[in-house]
Amino acid sequence: MNRSRDVSIAIVDYGLGNLRSVKSGLERADATVAVVDDPGALSTADGVVLPGVGAFAEGMDNAGPYRDAIREVVETGTPLFGICLGMQMLLTGSEESTHAGQGDVEGLDLVPGQNRRFSTEMTVPHMGWNTLSVEREHPLLEGVDGEYAYFVHSYYADPDDDGAAVATTEYGERFASVVSDDSGQVFGTQFHPEKSGETGLRILRNFVELADPTR
Amino acid sequence: MALTKRIIPCIDVDVDEDGDAAVYTGVNFEDLEYTGDPVEMAKAYNEAGADEFVFLDITASAEGRETMLDTVEEVADEVFIPLTVGGGIRTRDDIKETLRAGADKVSINTGAIERPDLIAEGAAAFGSQCIVISVDARRRYDEQGEYYEQIDGESVWFECTVKGGREGTGIDVVEWAQEAESRGAGELFVNSIDADGTKEGYDVPVTRAVCDAVSTPVIASSGCGSPEHMAEVFEDAGADAALAASIFHFGEYTIEETKAALDERGIPVRL
Repeated sequence: MNRSRDVSIAIVDYGLGNLRSVKSGLERADATVAVVDDPGALSTADGVVLPGVGAFAEGMDNAGPYRDAIREVVETGTPLFGICLGMQMLLTGSEESTHAGQGDVEGLDLVPGQNRRFSTEMTVPHMGWNTLSVEREHPLLEGVDGEYAYFVHSYYADPDDDGAAVATTEYGERFASVVSDDSGQVFGTQFHPEKSGETGLRILRNFVELADPTR
Repeated sequence: MALTKRIIPCIDVDVDEDGDAAVYTGVNFEDLEYTGDPVEMAKAYNEAGADEFVFLDITASAEGRETMLDTVEEVADEVFIPLTVGGGIRTRDDIKETLRAGADKVSINTGAIERPDLIAEGAAAFGSQCIVISVDARRRYDEQGEYYEQIDGESVWFECTVKGGREGTGIDVVEWAQEAESRGAGELFVNSIDADGTKEGYDVPVTRAVCDAVSTPVIASSGCGSPEHMAEVFEDAGADAALAASIFHFGEYTIEETKAALDERGIPVRL
């Protein structure tokens, strides 16, 4: 299980957020992890993590210089893992930027769909531990179903294709808490695996496994 | 299944005579007893099923602050649950430094009362989700408040205090909670000077008053002596999370026992 592997993971550092736990979580899974702030550094990685906290428009703005590099990574079949806002950025757009009066902000459009705001009856942000119901198989969730994960968000992903929801979670309504594109190589979690205890570490391990070029 | 109520152990960290970070726990209001190494304690609570972890820096010096940030880094590398760090945060740079050391949220008390703009600055730069505003409430029985509750037949309002309750500010806790929320606070910590150290239960009236007045999550703090007290503050006040220190540190209850007791009462917890 703990054999040392030569899997290199790049975490895109486009400004804010605590990247320390994502990095140490991936290192526990025996990956070689680099936090990169240069779009050119993505092409050599076996897997790319798009982290993120904060607002959609700002996130897309900060991630702007990485847009082309991320597309190239996806075209070459390198796994791309979006976390929290990073997952929302995989979609086409978000009500958040419209609400903030920032107009239509273009997401990466790798998983077609919109990010929507929770209904006003719910306490927002949705903050805390909630359960994952796995809807379909995906290697990222190998060995996970029904476990708790840690969420902090006010918007949720609503993919156009129902099949893009790999796992769902209930908060006022049932929303996609893990999404993936058809290829299975572009995926994301609304929750923070690096803050979700053993379940989260398992998901990070699964990701490293999935990115392993010798697999 | 639904969103669970969070059980949060909290440690107060100071520097010991060798300049190392150490956890101290209050006994009967004042006396602080050495309780352990912060990193070891954080690891143990992580393994025991804590839902989050709060780390309060009670040092006052610049050297203490450096030691503290190093300790936060060590804790963040070991603990894969959310970590909130508080104590002495007064500027945007303090927030940034603390988050960069590996905290997921910062808890701010005096710094926000002195300069409320800090809340909006922090929220704009780092997101509301990481700005926790902490209040030290004290019961007042005069007629200067905005929001009154009836406690044992008496009219009471709650005042925000600073310096561990030694100094009043004249600010009404409920009013301040609403203001902090509108300025961008993502979560509120409600401490009670009256309940602190009593182990007779949380201050339910102040916690309920804040929960009713805001829509952001509220963490009840101060006064916990048993899992029953947590049940009370969840059921009667509507708190989203409950914080405790000594009952866990002194081994009176484990996190597992606490959660099992809450689960038995039908309160959703992460088991």
